[in-house]
Amino acid sequence: MAVATSQFTLKEIKHRLRHGDTIFDALTLIAGSLALLTVLAIGWQLWQESHLTRQAFGWELIFSADWDPYGDKFGALPFIYGTLQTSLLALVIALPLGLGISIFLAELATPWLSRTLGFLVELLAAVPSVIYGLWGVYVFAPTIVKPIGETLNSIAGFIPLFAGSVSPQYSRLAASLILAVMILPTISAVSRDVFQAIPRAQREAALALGATHWEMIWQVLIPYGLSGILGAVILGLGRALGETMAVTMVIGNNYNLTASILEPGSTMSAIIASQFGEASSIDLFRSALIEIGLILFFITLVLNLFARLLVWRVARRVPSEMRV
Amino acid sequence: MNQTQNHPRTSAPLLGMSKAHFARRKITNIVMLSLTGAATVLAIIPLLWITLYVTIQGSRFLNIEFFTQLPTPVGVPGGGIVNAIVGTGLVVGVACVIAIPVAIIGAFFAADYPNTPLGLAIRFGTDVLSGIPSIVMGIFAYTIIVLPQRRFSAFAAGVALAIIMLPLVLRTTEEMLKLVPRGLREGSLALGASNWKTSVQVLLPAALNGVVTGIMLAIARAAGEAAPMLFTAFGSTGLVTDLNESTATLPHTIYIYAMSPFKDWQEKAWAAALVLIALVLGLNILARALTWWRARQMGLNY
Repeated sequence: MAVATSQFTLKEIKHRLRHGDTIFDALTLIAGSLALLTVLAIGWQLWQESHLTRQAFGWELIFSADWDPYGDKFGALPFIYGTLQTSLLALVIALPLGLGISIFLAELATPWLSRTLGFLVELLAAVPSVIYGLWGVYVFAPTIVKPIGETLNSIAGFIPLFAGSVSPQYSRLAASLILAVMILPTISAVSRDVFQAIPRAQREAALALGATHWEMIWQVLIPYGLSGILGAVILGLGRALGETMAVTMVIGNNYNLTASILEPGSTMSAIIASQFGEASSIDLFRSALIEIGLILFFITLVLNLFARLLVWRVARRVPSEMRV
Repeated sequence: MNQTQNHPRTSAPLLGMSKAHFARRKITNIVMLSLTGAATVLAIIPLLWITLYVTIQGSRFLNIEFFTQLPTPVGVPGGGIVNAIVGTGLVVGVACVIAIPVAIIGAFFAADYPNTPLGLAIRFGTDVLSGIPSIVMGIFAYTIIVLPQRRFSAFAAGVALAIIMLPLVLRTTEEMLKLVPRGLREGSLALGASNWKTSVQVLLPAALNGVVTGIMLAIARAAGEAAPMLFTAFGSTGLVTDLNESTATLPHTIYIYAMSPFKDWQEKAWAAALVLIALVLGLNILARALTWWRARQMGLNY
C-alpha cells in the first residue's frame, strides 16, 4: 500500500521524466548548489595560490610584526591587529546605537514613521564604500574625528591606546567611526527582525505585571531575543572585518605595530588593496597578500556560520516566520 | 505608556516601592525611549551629510563633457569619465548575464524544498556566500581568470561581481516565490500542468515584480563595488572595446582620483562620486517605490 501511494513508483518516474520535472529539479539543484560550491572554490583557490608563503613561513606570517616585502619579510600581525582593533571599536560604537534604532523602529515608531526611517537607515548600507572613504578623508576626519581624537588624547593620553597626535585625515579612529556607520544598518535591521518576531504575549505579560515600556524592552524583549541580537552583532562584525575601500582610504597605511587608535594603521583588507598592484608581479609578495586574504576569508566564514546558526536557532524557537 | 497612573497607590508601599521609586522608573523609561529615537536620528545624519555634500561638491564640476569625454592627464582641464561609465555598465552587464539566470533557477530549488537537507544546504551556502567580503571575491576572480590569462580583464571583474550578486538575487527570488499564493500553484497543477511548467509559467510571472526589485538592488550593490576592481578590471584611460581588456569603472576611478595628490583629480572624484551615488541611491529608491506601488496594487496596507 505504501509503495502504491509513494510518488516514486515506476509509472510516476516515467510520467515525471516525460514532463521534464526531473530535469528541471536537477537543473535547479545544480544552480542552487553553485553558491555553496563557490564558497568551497574560493577557499580552495586561496589555499592553492598562497602555498609559496605557507611553505616558506608557516605560522610566522600570522605572528610576526615585521612587514618588509622587498626584504622578504611578511609579518601580518600589524594588519590582523588593525583589523580586530578597528572592527571591535566599530562594534562597541554601533551596538548600542543599532539596538536603539531597532527598538525605536520595532516598538515605538508608528508604522509609517518606522517604514520611512527604516528605509533611510537601510540606505546607509547602500552608499558605496568608496564614497564613505572619499567623504571620510576630506570631510568627516578633519571636522569630527580630529576634535574627538584630541579630546581623548587630552583626557586619557597616558593610556597607550590614546597616545600620540591625531592627523586630520588618517587614523584608526576615523576608520572605526566610519565602520560603525557602515555596520549600523546590518545590526539594526537584523535586531529589528528579531524584535518583531517576539510573540505579543511576552510584551503583554510584562506590561500587565506593571513594567514600564522600557522595563518590558530591557528585561523581557532583549533577553528573549538575545541569541538573535548576538547573531546581528556577529554579522555586523563580519561586515566590518572585510570592509575594504573606506578603511583603506582613511586609515593611512602605516605598516608598524602601534597600539594607539589615534595613529594611522592598516588592516588586512587595506594592505591587500593598497599593495596588490606592486605585488602582482612578485610571486612571493603576491602569495603573502593572498594568504592574508585566506585568513580574512576563513575568519568571516567561521563568523558567518556561527551567526547564521544563532539567527536560525531563534527563528526555529520562535514559531512565527522570521528570516534574515 | 502610563501603566502606573491608575495603579492603586496603596499596593505600592506593600511591595516596598516608594513614590520616588515610581518616579525614577518613569524617568528612566522616558529617557531611554528618547535615546532610541535619538540614535535613529543620529544614524540618518551621515546619510544626509554624505548625500548633500557629494551633491554640492560634485555638481560644481559636473558638465556634459564629463559624461562624453575621456579623462585628461593631470593639469589638463576638461575631460570626463566616459570610459568609467561605459566600463561600469559593461562589467555589471557581464555580472547580470552570469548571475541572474543561475540565481533564479537556483531559487526554485530553495523555495520548492525548503526543509530538505539539500534545500537547507543551498540556503545556508547562499547566506554564507553573501557574508564573504567583496575583496575576497576579487582575489578569487584574480586567481581563476587574471593569473592564468596573464592580463586584467573586464570579464574577470564581471565574474567577481556575479559572485556578489548571486546570493542577493537568489534569496530575494526565493522569498518572492514563497509569497506566491498556494492556490495559484495548486490551480495550475490541477489543470494538469507539470511541476516545471507551473514553476516557469505560473510562479515566476507571479513573482516577477519582486524578482526585478531584487535584481535592481543587486545591480546597485555591484555597481558601487571598488575593491574587486583592483584585482580584475584594474583601470584604463581608454574606452573599453573588448571583454578581455582592462577597463576603468566608476568606483575604481573615484578611488584613484580621491587618493591622488592632485587638486583637479580630487575635484573630479567628487563629480564621479555624484554620478555613482545618484545611480546607486536612485536604484534603491526606485526599487522601494516599486515595492510600495505593487503592495498598493495588491490592496495591502503597506
